[in-house]
Amino acid sequence: MAPAVLIMTLVTFYPLINSFLISLRAWDLTKPQSGFPFIGLANYLHVLQDPAFWQSARITAIFVLGAVSIEITLGVALALLLNRDFKGKNLVRVIALVPWAIPAVVNGIMWKWILNPAYGALNGVLFSMGIIQNYIIWLGNPKTALFMCILADTWKETPFIMLLFLAALQTIPKDLYEAAMVDGCGSLQSLFRITLPLIRPTLFVALSLRTIWALKSFDLIYTLTAGGPAGGTSVIGYYTYLKAFVSLNLGRGAAVAYLMTLVIIILVILYQRALYREDINQ
Amino acid sequence: MKKAADFFRFSPASHSNHKIQNLIQRIILYLLVFMILFAVLAPFIWMVISSISPQTELSAKPPHWFPDQPTLARYRAIFLRSSEIQTLPAGVEKFLRGLLNSLLISSATTLVCVIAGSMAAYALARMTVPGQRHFLFGILGSQMLPVIVIIIPLNILMQRYNLIDRWYGLVLLYSGFMLPTVIWIMHSYFLTLPKELEEAALIDGCTRLGSLVRVIVPLSGPGIVAVSAFSFLSSWNEFFMALIFTASKAKTITVVITEFSSQFGTDYGLMATGGVIGSIPPILLALLLQRYIVAGLTAGAVKG
Repeated sequence: MAPAVLIMTLVTFYPLINSFLISLRAWDLTKPQSGFPFIGLANYLHVLQDPAFWQSARITAIFVLGAVSIEITLGVALALLLNRDFKGKNLVRVIALVPWAIPAVVNGIMWKWILNPAYGALNGVLFSMGIIQNYIIWLGNPKTALFMCILADTWKETPFIMLLFLAALQTIPKDLYEAAMVDGCGSLQSLFRITLPLIRPTLFVALSLRTIWALKSFDLIYTLTAGGPAGGTSVIGYYTYLKAFVSLNLGRGAAVAYLMTLVIIILVILYQRALYREDINQ
Repeated sequence: MKKAADFFRFSPASHSNHKIQNLIQRIILYLLVFMILFAVLAPFIWMVISSISPQTELSAKPPHWFPDQPTLARYRAIFLRSSEIQTLPAGVEKFLRGLLNSLLISSATTLVCVIAGSMAAYALARMTVPGQRHFLFGILGSQMLPVIVIIIPLNILMQRYNLIDRWYGLVLLYSGFMLPTVIWIMHSYFLTLPKELEEAALIDGCTRLGSLVRVIVPLSGPGIVAVSAFSFLSSWNEFFMALIFTASKAKTITVVITEFSSQFGTDYGLMATGGVIGSIPPILLALLLQRYIVAGLTAGAVKG
């Protein structure tokens, strides 16, 4: 056990504390001559007063809300659909792993090419089908750019979520549905009374993991839009990167990172409360 | 035309209606399945097609869905350093080195994770360690941590110990970040193995470590395969830490691929080729080991 503890202490627990201490200091690499004095919560105050921070927070909220709700809904729907018996079921499952396996940066450049305004496949398809009259600059407008980031994220993450739910669906005994049918339950009723309650633990895991990962999004944004246009896709992860590694203000970067962690912890607790409420009451 | 026998059935009309309904349902199901497969594969296939399209066909309007003259020139330029296309040879050289770096870093990380992770998970599953529960929750919590929270002190640490732009620096970081998940999966796996097996081994004169190596490891094959695949894939695909902590020597494939898109901004063909090559190892691994990966990664989730 010792080696694992040693490595984890070195690369996670120790830096975690250290990071908090840095966030309390004026640690600006562009002004090394001033030293790194302790300034209390000034970094946090500065960040909370920065309009760009709030814009990032808003963009992150839209991105996370959009991506996670689409991915979970679609994932559950696809799992319900594919939970029937049909030929090639295993093939579908194998192929569903492809988006999950490719690196996020490859996903980014792949969609950048598909969305290319002049030669991209999306404009090509839509134009050939007569849906659009002019080629659209998908990543040139903050709103469509953010939507395309959500689309690219959905493409990569949904299939794996579907696999998670498929595994969960298979643990539900079939006779439960038969009993429900005998009692006169419709298929919609069995969905809400049997299926969804029984896959609740998986729902919790998928929701919290996806939310955390979406909040941390960086690779996709970095390659697909680089935060642009006009900061329109600059999620919190990207904003932190800019503060810490482009503006080289480590103290403020650490403060933003801590604010982000706080939000993640609160969200996970809220999810857990919401999804396990009945279990707690028992 | 109804067969005579049908007249003796309780309700022949609704019977054949039911059959047709069933057939329509199946057709719709297969159509939907086909659409899903298309949606999953089309973007990736388009990248593959782009990587073998000649430059002139890449800028065709509307796009050529399949190139008239497919070419492997870009692949040859990367692997054989042939100079039939006018891309910068420096970029091509970086690419091969990035591939080798990724291979080395991912394999070493996998090795560290599996060995250190199994030992820790075994200890947690079989012995009473003080603060065990806190430790397990700490592990779970650290999975939620955004890398970016600790990237700044890590940067200072890496600089102090001269680990920046070193392959073993990344191995250390990746191991630290993946160990929690590895320990978590292996821990739940070890708990499913009966204790009596090792007790028998201990009676027969095996040491703790001996019984781990001789009895438990051979039985944990599927768990170890899942965890190895996970560690290898995650380190192969990692980008953020590689971007921050490498400069030239230890650059991994994901970092090199993004440089393709910025340095050779207009060369989408080379970008697509880089994307395809960088995705082949993780895709192959995922396809070959899919049974173990899905079982391993969903086990924890489904159990809650």
